[in-house]
Amino acid sequence: MAFECIGSTLTRREAFAAMGVGALVLSGRLAQAQAARPSELRVGIATYLSGPASVFGVPGKQAAELLIEELNAAGGIAGVKVRPIFVDEGPGVDHFVGEYRRLVQSENVNILFSAISSADCLACAPLADELKRPTLLWDCGTQRIFEEGKYEYAYRTQANATPEILAPLLYLLRVKPDFKTVAVVNQDYAWGRDSWSLFKTGLETLLPGVKVVAELFPKFGATDFSTEVTRLLALRPDVVLSTSWGGDLDTFIRQSADRNLFERSTFVLPLAESSLQRVGKALPAGHIVGARGDHWFLHPSPKDPALLKRFTDSYQARFGAYPIYPCHHMAQAVFAMKAGYEKAIAAKGGAWPNDAELAAAFRGLEFPSLTASVKIREDGQGLENQIVGTTFHSDKYPFPVMTDMVVFEAAKITTPVGQKSVDWLKTLTPEVIKTLPAPVAFKG
Amino acid sequence: MMRAREILVAAVAAAAILLLTLAVPWLRFVFTIAIAKGITVLGILVLLRAGQVSFGHALYLSFGAYIVAFAAPFCPEALLLLPLAALGATLLGLVIGLFVSRYRDIFFGMLNLALSMVFYSTLEKFYSITHGTDGIRLARTTFLGMTLTPETQAWTALGLALLLAAVFAILVRIYLESPMGHGLSAIKTREARLEFMGISAQRVLLAAYVLSAFMAGCGGFIVAMATRQVTPSLAYWTASGELVFIAILGGTGSVLGPFLGAIAYELTRVYAAALFAEGWQMILGAVLLLVILFAPGGLWSILRRMARQRVGRDARP
Repeated sequence: MAFECIGSTLTRREAFAAMGVGALVLSGRLAQAQAARPSELRVGIATYLSGPASVFGVPGKQAAELLIEELNAAGGIAGVKVRPIFVDEGPGVDHFVGEYRRLVQSENVNILFSAISSADCLACAPLADELKRPTLLWDCGTQRIFEEGKYEYAYRTQANATPEILAPLLYLLRVKPDFKTVAVVNQDYAWGRDSWSLFKTGLETLLPGVKVVAELFPKFGATDFSTEVTRLLALRPDVVLSTSWGGDLDTFIRQSADRNLFERSTFVLPLAESSLQRVGKALPAGHIVGARGDHWFLHPSPKDPALLKRFTDSYQARFGAYPIYPCHHMAQAVFAMKAGYEKAIAAKGGAWPNDAELAAAFRGLEFPSLTASVKIREDGQGLENQIVGTTFHSDKYPFPVMTDMVVFEAAKITTPVGQKSVDWLKTLTPEVIKTLPAPVAFKG
Repeated sequence: MMRAREILVAAVAAAAILLLTLAVPWLRFVFTIAIAKGITVLGILVLLRAGQVSFGHALYLSFGAYIVAFAAPFCPEALLLLPLAALGATLLGLVIGLFVSRYRDIFFGMLNLALSMVFYSTLEKFYSITHGTDGIRLARTTFLGMTLTPETQAWTALGLALLLAAVFAILVRIYLESPMGHGLSAIKTREARLEFMGISAQRVLLAAYVLSAFMAGCGGFIVAMATRQVTPSLAYWTASGELVFIAILGGTGSVLGPFLGAIAYELTRVYAAALFAEGWQMILGAVLLLVILFAPGGLWSILRRMARQRVGRDARP
C-alpha cells in the first residue's frame, strides 16, 4: 500500500505547467524602464492585518487609504497617481521576506513602506539594498537597524525606541524627581526587553540609587495579570513602568484599576496613547502616557493646526475613532514619499528619478508630519519629536486625554549618529531634565 | 518500474522549479522555503507511518536554524554549517526521542508540542543572547571558501535544498521499505505483535524520530540560509501545526507527497495573500477543508486517481 503506481508522468507535468502559468500571470511585468515617468506610482505597504498587532496595522492601513486618496485627489505626486498594495505581516518573518520579494520583483512597486515588526524591519533593510528598491521603515521600534548597519535604500521616517523611552523617563524625572522604587511589567518579547533595558540604563545614569523592586515579564498576549497586580500591591513601588500595548496593556490597565493599584503607584505607559480610546476612563487621571512620537490629535502646538484638524476630522468621520500613533507614522511615510519624489525630480530638472536617485533624495530630507516636521539624518534615522503627558479626565471625551504635555525636541533625545544607544544613555547628565520645555495644560 | 517513474516525476519537478525560478525570480525564495518545509514534513511522514503525529517538529527546524545563526560568525562555511545543524538537531532528537518514544497518540503529539514551546520560551527568555523576537541576522556565509553575495546565497540555498530533498526522498523510500520501516506500520496496526516478535517498538519509533529530527535540522539550515533572519516564530506551535497541515495536504502515500504539499501550501498562501491581503487565512483554511472532505489521501491521491483514470481510458479498445 505504501507506494502506489503514480501512473502517467504527463499528469504531473501538466500540473506543474499549470502552476507555472499561474505564477507567470502573477509575476506581472518584469521589466520597467525605471527612469520613465510611470503611469501610476505603486507603493507596497507592509502592515499587520491579522494577529494582535493589527490594533496598529489596521489604523495604519486606514490612514494610508485616506491620505493616498487625498493625495490623488490633489493630483498625485508630480501628476502621477499613487496606488497602495497592502501585504500582511501577520504570519512572520519567513512569509514577510517572500512578500517583500514579491512586491519588488512581481508587483514591481516603486517604493515600499515596511514594517511594524522590528524583526521584519531588520530583515528588509538589507533586502532593500540587495534589490535596490527605496524602502521607508514606517513604524518599527528597534534602534538596532541604523546602529548596527548602513543602508543605501532603507530610511526611517520616524524615531526609534531610544527617544520613545527616554522622553517618558525624562518626563517622569521631572514631575516626580524623588521616587525611590520602580517596578516593570513588560510583554515578554524583544520590545518589552529592549525598552526596559533602555529605561533602566537611563534611570541608573540620571537617578542612581532607585531600587528596581520587580521585573515582571508576563507572556506576550497574556489575559490575566492577577499575579503581577498582587505582587505590585505587596511591593508598593512608587513607579510602575509598562511599555506593553494592545490587548495586553488594555487588560493590565483594567485589572490594575479594579484592584486600585493606580492609587498606590504612578504608572508610566509610553504606548498608552494607542489604548486610551479602548480602555476609556478605567485609566485614572494623573498617570504618564506616551505616544511613540509627537502624535496626539489634541497636540498643543502643531506646526500646521489646519492639517492636523482636517486629518483628525476626516479620519474620525470615516472610521469612527480618533487617529492613534500608527496613523501619524503612516502619514509621515506618505509625506516623506511625496517630499522625496519632489526633491529627486527637482534635482533632475523635472525628469523622473530612477530608484537610486530617489533613494539618495531621502538622505537629509526634511518633510512635514501631522504635528511638526521630521528630518532624516545622514545615517537614515528619522528625527521625530516626542510628546508625553499626564492623563486627565475631561467631560468632552469619553476617554482620558493628556494634560501637562511636554514636547521633546528630537535632536536632544536621539542617540547621535554613530553611537550605540546604551552607551550614549550612560553619558547623559541630570542637566538635560532642567532644560526641558514647560508643560502645556489641556485646553478644553 | 514505479521507482523509475517516481524518479522521473521528481526530476521533472526539480527542473520545473529551476526553470520557474529563473523566469520568475521572486518565486525562488518561495520554493526554497517550500522545499525546506517539505524535507521537514518528510520526517513527519515517517512518524505518520507509525500512526504518530508530532505537533512539535518545528522545534528541530528552528534548532537547526539557530545553530546556523549562532555558528555562522565563527564558521561561515555553508558546507560545515549544514552538518552542524543536522548533527545538533539529531542529538536533540535523540535526547528527546528517548523520552517521547515511550508515548503514543495524543500523548506523543502533546509532549512534542510542549517541548517545542519550551524551546520557543527559552529563545524569548534568553533575550540578551538571542535578541528575542527580533531574531538573529545570519552573518555572511561562504561556499567552498567563496564568500556568498545575497544573490549567490539564495541560489546556494535552493541548490542545496533540491539536492537534500532528492537524497532524503530516496533515503526515506529505502528506509520505509526496510524492516525498520515496516516496523513502523506494525506500530500503527498492532504494536503488541511487534513486541512478540522480539522487536522493541520503542527502538523502532526512536530510530524514526531521530531520522525525522535529522531531516528537520537540514530544513532549518535551508530556512536560515534563505531568510537570513532567524526568529523564534520558527519554533512557535503554529509553525509545527503548519508542518502537519502540509503533511495532510500533500498526502502520505509517497515520499513526494510532502514536497507536493509544501509547494501547494506556500503557493496557496502567497497567491491568497496577493489577492486577499486581509482574508488569506480563510482561503488557506477552505483549501484544507476541501482536501480533507474530498481527498482524504491528500493532493497526492488526487494525482494518483487522475493517473489511474488515464491508464483506464488508454486501456480501452
